[in-house]
Amino acid sequence: MAGMEGTPDLFALDARLGDEETMIRDTVRRFVDSEFLPVVAEHFEAGTFPEELIPTIGEMGLFGMHLEGYGCAGASATAYGIACRELERGDSGLRSLVSVQGSLCMFPIWRYGSTEQKERYLPGMAAGEIIGCFGLTEPDHGSDPANMSTRAVRRGDEWVLNGAKRWITNAGIADIAIVWARSEEGMRGFIVPTDTPGFEAHRIHGKLSLRASVTGEFYLDDVVVPEENRLPDALSIGAPLSCLSEARYGIAFGVVGAATACFESARDYMLERPQFGRPLASFQISQIKFADMLTAITNSQLQAFRLGELKEAGEIRPVHISMAKRHNVRAAIDVARMARAMLGANGVSLEYPPIRHMANLESVLTYEGTEEIHGLILGQEITGIPAFR
Amino acid sequence: MKVAVCVKQIPDPALPGELDPTDNTLKRDGKLILDESDSYGVELALQLVEAAGGGSVTLVSMAPNNEVSGLRTALAMGADDAVLISDDALSGTDALGTAKVLAAAIGRVEPDLVLAGVESSDGYTGTVPEQIAAVMGLPSVGFAKKIEIGDDGLHIERQTELGYDDVVCPMPAVVSVTAGVVEPRYPSFKGIMAAKKKPVDQVTIADLGISADQVGWAGARQEIVSVTEAEAREAGEVIEDDGEGYQRIVAFLEELKVI
Ligand SMILES: Cc1cc2nc3c(=O)[nH]c(=O)nc-3n(C[C@H](O)[C@H](O)[C@H](O)COP(=O)(O)OP(=O)(O)OC[C@H]3O[C@@H](n4cnc5c(N)ncnc54)[C@H](O)[C@@H]3O)c2cc1C
Repeated sequence: MAGMEGTPDLFALDARLGDEETMIRDTVRRFVDSEFLPVVAEHFEAGTFPEELIPTIGEMGLFGMHLEGYGCAGASATAYGIACRELERGDSGLRSLVSVQGSLCMFPIWRYGSTEQKERYLPGMAAGEIIGCFGLTEPDHGSDPANMSTRAVRRGDEWVLNGAKRWITNAGIADIAIVWARSEEGMRGFIVPTDTPGFEAHRIHGKLSLRASVTGEFYLDDVVVPEENRLPDALSIGAPLSCLSEARYGIAFGVVGAATACFESARDYMLERPQFGRPLASFQISQIKFADMLTAITNSQLQAFRLGELKEAGEIRPVHISMAKRHNVRAAIDVARMARAMLGANGVSLEYPPIRHMANLESVLTYEGTEEIHGLILGQEITGIPAFR
Repeated sequence: MKVAVCVKQIPDPALPGELDPTDNTLKRDGKLILDESDSYGVELALQLVEAAGGGSVTLVSMAPNNEVSGLRTALAMGADDAVLISDDALSGTDALGTAKVLAAAIGRVEPDLVLAGVESSDGYTGTVPEQIAAVMGLPSVGFAKKIEIGDDGLHIERQTELGYDDVVCPMPAVVSVTAGVVEPRYPSFKGIMAAKKKPVDQVTIADLGISADQVGWAGARQEIVSVTEAEAREAGEVIEDDGEGYQRIVAFLEELKVI
């Protein structure tokens, strides 16, 4: 009997996709297979992102694909999720680029910005000509951004920004930064061109996860921006958190892609490689591992699809996203580690995808709300008692 | 600049194909996709229209069951509209019958240029573009790898075994495009969202003034007598390398007169 081939989809969930969603999936899959996968290992090793692919990613319409107007495609929430899944089948760094640009930088302008800001930035960002970064996390404030140190002081028609942001995806290559800062009036968001005097960005080196993605820090030393660069409708910590909800939604789908890449790699490897005179896949222990991996992947796929339905119906709540992000990242990291071991020594080589995904997923477990913080959000939902502080 | 591109919608080659035992033809009742070898013609057409500073790209396709999935892919790449000929009477149509039907549909579009793939990936007949040209009384150039529009007509680099021929050809003409000569663009998501709204003119053979006895099995001048499995390839020779293995390889290549 022939075994399962290709990408696992035991419950035929992809059959539920509409024609456009299927075409978007196939387009992203073709891009990842033909242009990204051949170069990802060398970029991972070098600690760089293949920046020459950014214009193609823009032309395809991946940046801000689920937003309406201003050069964006206006695709469905499910299509956005599926695109994230296909990107992360390539690498979490590739999906991060698209998440950060679309959900963390374009979304706040689209949702909280003025018409002038939207017209000025969104078409160029959709095309990948303007790259953004999102500055919320600071050296001293990660899980607790509401207590951040970065300050914005109003001075006539201008704002003066001071502070530091750390662990910022694309800091160093970005043209603009979405900077979150506290002011006397409350939490505010600003569009800061990275060539503004007093703005200084550095790359973080020695990062052993998400290496095919640029991560950095930036300092704001009396950076002056005009009032017209403030996002007028962003008036509380709820604004950056809503951006994170968008990005986490994409992660819940994305990590399914990373998990399937690892699963496929281990399955194909064990079917091919004999030890003790028979294929590794024929041993009962291997098969139980495959069963566990496929079950974890299928559970994640089901959560992701339902999340998409809830988002499209306008019924999604942050707690739904917390459950799916937390569950699916944990499932993916478990699958990646299992796959890594199933490849033996080859499992620690960049020639095969599991170790790269396994290392990447450590970042995904931490960013966009750590596993623990999402657990606490679920705990609050269950008990009614907030346990954060 | 008005370009018509012939595109075939074929069963997904990634899935195992199946023959219909009653007539020995490929089953085409499921979802069909854009034949990859036609995506090069679509890309070239889009580039030519862009270079000409405007115009339109019309797809022409003959497919069963009003299938449009493959057309949507080409529309998402940027083609403007499509003519789809779908008719129960077309089942069993041979290459010449196909050419007659496509020619009639192309005639309604009145294009400046007709592009097609050299051959389809499911049938490999490789004769339809030339037959369309003959039916329409147009010049025909095969195996194009580059097309430019000059004052005196089309300038075509036509691939040959040794290199390429420079061909100048008046317009309109039918040109077949070699697979792989351009990088077909990814359908953009905006294009994908817009493709559903682009017009697909669905016509029958009666609309084209073609009678049922000219097409299908009735009009076909071919008959599929039998189909046999291809012989399994023999296992190759394995050379154990004891340090001198290269000599055996050199001898083998010499035998083939490759070196
Ligand atoms: C590769 C990468 C890219 C990133 N990109 C961005 C970006 O683009 N923009 C941005 O703003 N940020 C970004 N981040 C930052 C990321 O969002 C933060 O690292 C994350 O929010 C955690 O913050 P922290 O690192 O300060 O950890 P901390 O908040 O210090 O947490 C340390 C540990 O303590 C746990 N913990 C914290 N509070 C509690 C509590 N109340 N109860 C129980 N346990 C708790 C955490 O779960 C964690 O395990 C990125 C991070 C990485 C690794």
